[in-house]
Amino acid sequence: MTRTLVVVGHGMVGHRLVEALREKDATDRWRVVVFAEETRPAYDRVALSSYVDAWDASALALAPHDGAVELVLGDRVVELDRTAKVVRTASGRAQPYDALALATGSVPFVPPVPGRDLPGCHVYRTIDDLDAIRATVEGARSGGRRAGMVLGGGLLGLEAANALRGMGVSPHVVELGPRLMPLQVDEGGAGLLKRLVEKLDLTVHTGTSASSIGRDHRGRLVAALSNGVELDLDVVVFSAGIRPRDELARSAGLAVGDRGGIVVDGACRTSDPDVYAVGECANLDGVVYGLVAPGYSMAEVVADRLLGGSSAFPGADLSTKLKLLGVDVASFGDAHAKQEGALEVVVNDAVAGTYAKVVVSDDARTLLGGILVGDASKYPLLRPLVGRAVPGDPVALIGPSGGVELSLPHDAQVCSCHAVTKQRVVDAVASGDAVDVPGIKACTKAGTGCGSCVPMLKKLLAECGVEQSKALCEHFDQSRAELFEIARSTGATTFTGLVSRFGRGRGCDICKPTVASILASLDNGHILAGEQAAIQDTNDHFLANIQRNGTYSVVPRIPGGEITAEKLIVIGEVARDFGLYTKITGGQRIDLFGATVDQLPRIWRRLVDAGFESGHAYGKSLRTVKSCVGTTWCRFGVQDSVSLAIELELRYRGLRSPHKLKSAVSGCARECAEARGKDFGVIATENGWNLYVGGNGGFTPRHADLIASDVDTATLIRLIDRFLMFYIRTADRLQRTSAWIEGLDGGLDHLRAVVVDDSLGICADLEAAMARHVDNYADEWRGVLDDPEKLARFTSFVNAPGTPDPTISFREERGQKVPVLLGVPALSGANDPAEVSR
Amino acid sequence: MTPVCELSALLPDRGVAALLPDGSQVAVFLTSAGTVHALGNIDPFSGAAVLSRGIVGDRGGVPVVVSPVYKQAFELTSGTCLDDPSTGVPVHPVVVADGVVQVGSP
Repeated sequence: MTRTLVVVGHGMVGHRLVEALREKDATDRWRVVVFAEETRPAYDRVALSSYVDAWDASALALAPHDGAVELVLGDRVVELDRTAKVVRTASGRAQPYDALALATGSVPFVPPVPGRDLPGCHVYRTIDDLDAIRATVEGARSGGRRAGMVLGGGLLGLEAANALRGMGVSPHVVELGPRLMPLQVDEGGAGLLKRLVEKLDLTVHTGTSASSIGRDHRGRLVAALSNGVELDLDVVVFSAGIRPRDELARSAGLAVGDRGGIVVDGACRTSDPDVYAVGECANLDGVVYGLVAPGYSMAEVVADRLLGGSSAFPGADLSTKLKLLGVDVASFGDAHAKQEGALEVVVNDAVAGTYAKVVVSDDARTLLGGILVGDASKYPLLRPLVGRAVPGDPVALIGPSGGVELSLPHDAQVCSCHAVTKQRVVDAVASGDAVDVPGIKACTKAGTGCGSCVPMLKKLLAECGVEQSKALCEHFDQSRAELFEIARSTGATTFTGLVSRFGRGRGCDICKPTVASILASLDNGHILAGEQAAIQDTNDHFLANIQRNGTYSVVPRIPGGEITAEKLIVIGEVARDFGLYTKITGGQRIDLFGATVDQLPRIWRRLVDAGFESGHAYGKSLRTVKSCVGTTWCRFGVQDSVSLAIELELRYRGLRSPHKLKSAVSGCARECAEARGKDFGVIATENGWNLYVGGNGGFTPRHADLIASDVDTATLIRLIDRFLMFYIRTADRLQRTSAWIEGLDGGLDHLRAVVVDDSLGICADLEAAMARHVDNYADEWRGVLDDPEKLARFTSFVNAPGTPDPTISFREERGQKVPVLLGVPALSGANDPAEVSR
Repeated sequence: MTPVCELSALLPDRGVAALLPDGSQVAVFLTSAGTVHALGNIDPFSGAAVLSRGIVGDRGGVPVVVSPVYKQAFELTSGTCLDDPSTGVPVHPVVVADGVVQVGSP
């Protein structure tokens, strides 16, 4: 019999509860109705600050629920009738329930400062809050750089300050306590944190609060701090803590805590056994947890209980690791040494900008907790050791020499987001279910939350003796990156030379195109010159894309999508004269389909004579740089996106890479060119360009990440040069930029260090390699047309060059020709030529 | 036997297509080891006449051509598909005489 679960609230925890229930409820015992107060489904509130990068709410979206879940948006539950077991909503809907889960979350606490209701004062909680803050900032009338105040210097306050910075506002952070992040960080760590964030145009005021907020005669906000300082402001954001939203429970007579929060037991049940409460609205043993991880484990408990299980809240790990304003901050276990007799060991390197502390028991044998600021790379190793024996000298744990090699005990939690132990990972590896990090992610969920444990997962694989094979194929034991370095350092120019010296056999369809790509990236002349012609994939061999009936498509380059009427007419005439199907693509080009091999040279003769070049649609290479119209025509554009897109497309045309590359340039934050869906994308700002990397459409779409902001054009191009060359040299075969970045040790931060800060000292070399590519570019189709030997390969039949392929035929659809697919011949007579060649 | 082209017209480890008098198509390959092979040109998985445009190499030491459409490998000597041994393409006899490649019926 199907029963009804009503969930009140669709934040991250409410979402997780529904997701966990749907995952486990194989027989559909529960139908679920969710009421959300916000008008959009649950989103990643933890990543809220990243919304400021592109103002794209869809980037924060969580996975949608399946059809057994009814999600009601924009309708608040206003009444809970426990006797009738019905909830009523603001719109008047009455919804009966068999079980009810309150996931109402919390509201920001706004201290009673006079003037707190003035326009321009905001809280920081929802996407709508951020939109409202943005509207205030954009409407501010002050000349020069705008100023803002964030009241509250905790984790969320610094997040809010970062968001203000992203909007071009200089933030003042006002914290009542004596230091920043008082809950997570101690005085030493906070001191360093303050120094690091003040370099980023933040002003920190600690030990003080706002005593009033008013307006001056020009309408600007003025805040008086209790220490006598006055601040001229354009925007104020309150971020001084949260209060559980328990009013619905309160009015329904459920027990609530002295300081708020719906009282629950270890099963997350309220004083009414049919009503559960999870997340920031729940009060367990007098504690309200303001982090998402405990909320998630409460959600798992309730899902289990609803299905007859007996799990209980396991207690919360309040450890946190974050990157705030680009500064690593981590805090775990008994960070403040509250335990009796606890000892602290501190390594404070003011020069390097790192602070590390471990807290150990009075006998220095047990690790109790710690704090890391500036460099949190040891967090994944240290956090699971909390409550366990310290291996050796505590100083060695955080010492600059890299410390001791640690091996985790088997019951230690490796992934705190999903409560996965080392044992669980080791079992998955030992049973053969997981042979690599993606495998571990798929079968244990470890590494799929915040991702901070991924380096640990790699270590565990190695510990289990799993050697990650990097062999390209049966002919080469090396990875693509290693082959690239071999070819570069030995100056090898042929596949035969490479395979005979560094591999075995005669090669295959994996290693040959890979080596072809490497040789092309190293500027070895025309890709069809000499032996290189034999190792190209069919698309590269005929400089066109093979289609399902064996014909090819022709794609001339249209840089930035800008084209003259004359050129459009030429394309139209070519399409008409050769009877080609014509389609405009998503990459702002025109594809001409249905060309036979022998037609390709004649088609390209016409196109090259009209000034077109190869669009490289066939290659693992740069495809297009899409653009909007930018300042030239658009009312909103802030930079000339068209000129930049053309410049970038011409610069990187013909660049061979491990996977095809796409790019786009948007002239303003409205992002009409969809630059964040590209391998590298550029979005104009009022001060220059923002560069995003690692995005893609396709099977697993991913938004690109910001790697540099407000840079000028020369810097932008230098950074893209470095990014692309580093990718070309080190990525695996057919590895997209997104997967490449995810697979880098240290991920995006490492990439930023290498290409922005030149941490490996290779940037001059990368730039020189790109300069060579730019200098040596020549149109591949012109190279074929000018060479009779290469032209001779474009025949249908070697013994009947003029005869069309009889297996190719077309029919008409919407006024154009499309292929007639021949039935796949019967295979029973595979050795009967009449059967297969029909 | 039908003469199809000069041996010198073939690129090592690459194929060409030829038309036989009965209207069937063959894919003729010269391997880097110096051997010449002729297989039916029609890829049984896509129905397209494209096998001559595949990459030639070896799988476990067995010389193969890989279809450019869905990437199945076909043994050059037997025409058998290594990815699905119940499938294959016909093999045509080949003779090279006086530098001319001649192909017969399978």
